[in-house]
Amino acid sequence: MLLDIDRVVKRYPGAERAVLDGVSLTLDAGETLALTGESGSGKSTLLHLAGALDTVDGGEIRLDGTAYSALDDAGRAAIRRGPVALVFQQFNLVPSLTVGQNLAFHARLGGRHDPEWVTQLAQRLGLDALLARYPETLSGGQQQRVAIGRAMALRPRLLLADEPTGNLDEATGDAVLTLMLDLVAETGAALLLVTHSERIAARLGRRVHLTSGALR
Amino acid sequence: MIAAAVTALLSHWRRQPGQLATLILGLALATGLWSAVQAINAEARASYARAAAQLGGDAGPVLKARDGTLRLADYVALRRAGWQVSPVLEGRMRLGRETLRLVGVDGMSWPSMPGQGMTLAPADVLLPPGRLFANPETVARIGAEADLPPRIETTGLPDGVVLTDIGTAERLLNRPGALSRLLVLPDQPEGLPPLAEVAPALELTDRGRQSDAARLTDSFHLNLTAFGLLSFAVGLFIVHGTAGLAFEQRRAMFRTLRALGLPARTLTLLILTELLVLALLAGLLGLVLGYLVAAALLPDVAATLRGLYGAPVDGGLTLRPAWIASGLGMAVGGALLAGAQGVLRVARMPILSAPGLLAWSGASARARRLMALGGPALILGGLGALWLVGGLAGGFLLLGGLLLGAALLLPPLLGALLALGQTRARSVIAEWLLADLRAQLPGLSLALMALLLALATNIGVGTMVASFRLTFTGWLDQRLASELYVTTATDTEGAQLAAWLAPRADAVLPIRHAETDLAGAPARLYGIADHATYRDNWPLIDADAEVWDRVARGQGVLVNEQLARRAGLWPGAMLDLAPGWRLPVAGVYSDYGNPLGQAIVDLPALLRHNPDVPNRRFGIRIAPDRAAALAEAIRRQFDLPDDAIIEQSRLKAQSLAIFENTFVVTAALNVLTLGVAGFAILTSLLTLWTMRLPHVAPVWALGMTRRALARIEVLRSVVLAGLTALLALPLGLILAKVLLDVINVEAFGWRLPMFLFPLDWLRLFALALLAGALAAALPARRLRHLPPAALLRVFAHER
Repeated sequence: MLLDIDRVVKRYPGAERAVLDGVSLTLDAGETLALTGESGSGKSTLLHLAGALDTVDGGEIRLDGTAYSALDDAGRAAIRRGPVALVFQQFNLVPSLTVGQNLAFHARLGGRHDPEWVTQLAQRLGLDALLARYPETLSGGQQQRVAIGRAMALRPRLLLADEPTGNLDEATGDAVLTLMLDLVAETGAALLLVTHSERIAARLGRRVHLTSGALR
Repeated sequence: MIAAAVTALLSHWRRQPGQLATLILGLALATGLWSAVQAINAEARASYARAAAQLGGDAGPVLKARDGTLRLADYVALRRAGWQVSPVLEGRMRLGRETLRLVGVDGMSWPSMPGQGMTLAPADVLLPPGRLFANPETVARIGAEADLPPRIETTGLPDGVVLTDIGTAERLLNRPGALSRLLVLPDQPEGLPPLAEVAPALELTDRGRQSDAARLTDSFHLNLTAFGLLSFAVGLFIVHGTAGLAFEQRRAMFRTLRALGLPARTLTLLILTELLVLALLAGLLGLVLGYLVAAALLPDVAATLRGLYGAPVDGGLTLRPAWIASGLGMAVGGALLAGAQGVLRVARMPILSAPGLLAWSGASARARRLMALGGPALILGGLGALWLVGGLAGGFLLLGGLLLGAALLLPPLLGALLALGQTRARSVIAEWLLADLRAQLPGLSLALMALLLALATNIGVGTMVASFRLTFTGWLDQRLASELYVTTATDTEGAQLAAWLAPRADAVLPIRHAETDLAGAPARLYGIADHATYRDNWPLIDADAEVWDRVARGQGVLVNEQLARRAGLWPGAMLDLAPGWRLPVAGVYSDYGNPLGQAIVDLPALLRHNPDVPNRRFGIRIAPDRAAALAEAIRRQFDLPDDAIIEQSRLKAQSLAIFENTFVVTAALNVLTLGVAGFAILTSLLTLWTMRLPHVAPVWALGMTRRALARIEVLRSVVLAGLTALLALPLGLILAKVLLDVINVEAFGWRLPMFLFPLDWLRLFALALLAGALAAALPARRLRHLPPAALLRVFAHER
């Protein structure tokens, strides 16, 4: 088991009820899982907790047996630049770096930069002509391809994607998703993908539905 | 409609109280420093005016004799011809070791005689023994001299000046029937016969002697005003940055208000009104700040003006309506200037324009190109102004052009340096840091410009003051070569002292001088004995061959640098010392801290033309280890008080103390300007804070800790401050060169060599790094403790 989410509880200050209330979930290496649910159901929160971006108020999350609760801030940061990579709906590229620099950035931070792999990714994602451009000059689809390339350049064991096609039109979204699934399959990474779309969820190996902080 | 729009506009400030505070504080600081300088200047000028009024300096032109001797017959002739003139007799009066300036005036015709409003009958002043009017300090120093008429204290006179009726003055100065000048009163009857007919030996001059204080100190006040303007400009950088950001952050709100039916004109008027209200609030706060700063600095300024120029200034501060109005005017004008760009954008903004958070910062390539072109143009304009306008005004225009031009060049230069660094960066963090710095540069450039100006001014003024100090110290060693300086109470005692010292000292050098006019201005003419002390030590900056032999033979005169520069009297030129006494200039010597002209001739020559000059001061040469014992022996023998005998080391220490005091105000304004610049960086970083999160959050999400990011935030600010400090160094040195070679020569009349002080630069560099680190400390601390949820909001869909 690669990822083990065990009876996780998360509350936000001032909120009446927990946004996640005893959620449990497991994910094996190479597995792809779609996490669906209504707005405010806690999908993104669960993804952020799995990515060690935030801490739980109850329960435990383990990655390859390592319990997140035992990690300090630096330990959680090491998870984010090591086995886990993230792709966001808003792309969240580093605006001051070029496309080429953004592609290599995460892998270089994690100390696993492989220039050949990055070049290959750039070609496969259709970014090789855009390497000197800055993110703000790209279209949404192009930016999301850069974000996927940046995540895959790290060769993560777990890819977390938060509505990666939510800001794209249907055709572009489909193309981006196909690329992501291909790369995940090729590298053997597991994928946990948050989406509203039944159509997209259907393309992944497994799906779970989150309602009012609990899995159904 | 308007109430709803106002509520919406003001809601921004409720949500951004820090930004509101920054805006008000920035403008208040700018107004405060400017107002402080204006208050100081106004107070000083009011003091000169009071003194000038009481001494008749502002009452109109004066008549003087062409040959220096004004005759009673001329006065009588003028009065008979209908001229309304008031006679003045002026001279030096010795009281013990004190020399006071005694001004005798005709109490009946004098325009502003003190005592009006006092319970004093005119007869008390006019009839013997008469009355002496003087400043309380002077009255205290005169003490209980029994031979003098009763003293009356008046605050309108400068220290060291005694005003009295002309009859009393004649008696005290022992110059019956003598006159120094005639004051031409304002209301003259019609059809007066011309002066050339009535009194051809007299000439009309525009200025009385007392307006000297205002004239001499003009450059000092101009200097303060320049500092005030610089501080104001630095403060406006803060206001411009903050107001620009507030406009940009409210762009979406403006669009919504317009879309909901608020006319563009109404919106613009509302924003202008908001700006004016904020400016008035900040202006009032600035006036309070300015008053406090002025009150703190005024005693030092007064001491400086008294020490350096002998100009009379009270230490107290008065609240003047004109000062309040000018402070508020500057605040409103400054706010409009700083906010003009934002208001114009709102006025022209199309309803459907897309929000652009970074547009406000002037980051566009066009703005950068304009800066790169405007900078050199301003510098060239300054050089052109020096060439075309010349003088002090030309010098200040050059300084303004240099400083503003360099400030405009700073962002393109920093951008180029960071781009160069980025190509050389090895690590991913360094690469990101440099790229991030370049991206943030437009938002920080105004604050960095302010820092550049503050640092360059510090280096420039610091180099000038330190060069001056070094030169001054060396000059003191040369000028104060005698081991002891003794002043006796009377000429008889002086003669006895000289005789007594002859077998006991290596040399006794009389220091005797006459008050006179040289090249049309008040000056002192010294006579010196021919001695190796002068030949070996005197600080000559230009001289003919055999200069000392020529002076000793009575065939040459030495002049101080001020007189040489003002009247063009360099070696070879001829100088009229008195009617019928004309000598070639044999040499020029440096004479720092003295506003007046000075000349030196051989002592016998001085005595031939001025046989009555006092003989009470002496320089005594003796082996340094015997100086203290001899001083004690003189005290015992002649019963002299402690302060009548001054040892060289003490005199040097006193002179240095006066010197240090002279620049205390400059140093204080320097520190304040640097403080304002540091505050500008802090406010820029704080206002950019909300825009930083989208840059920082992805890097955090990719695996950097908040602690590391916080460290990088500090490093970012330190790198920018350090680069700015490096670029400020050459600018500061150019500034120092202009101050020393142009401004000083024009303002004070002397030129100084420039020395370099690398340790001071290192200290300032460290200070700049510290300012950068401190300014970033608060945002970095915020980032360090920012909860992950706040960073995650950046990734939230509804962002």
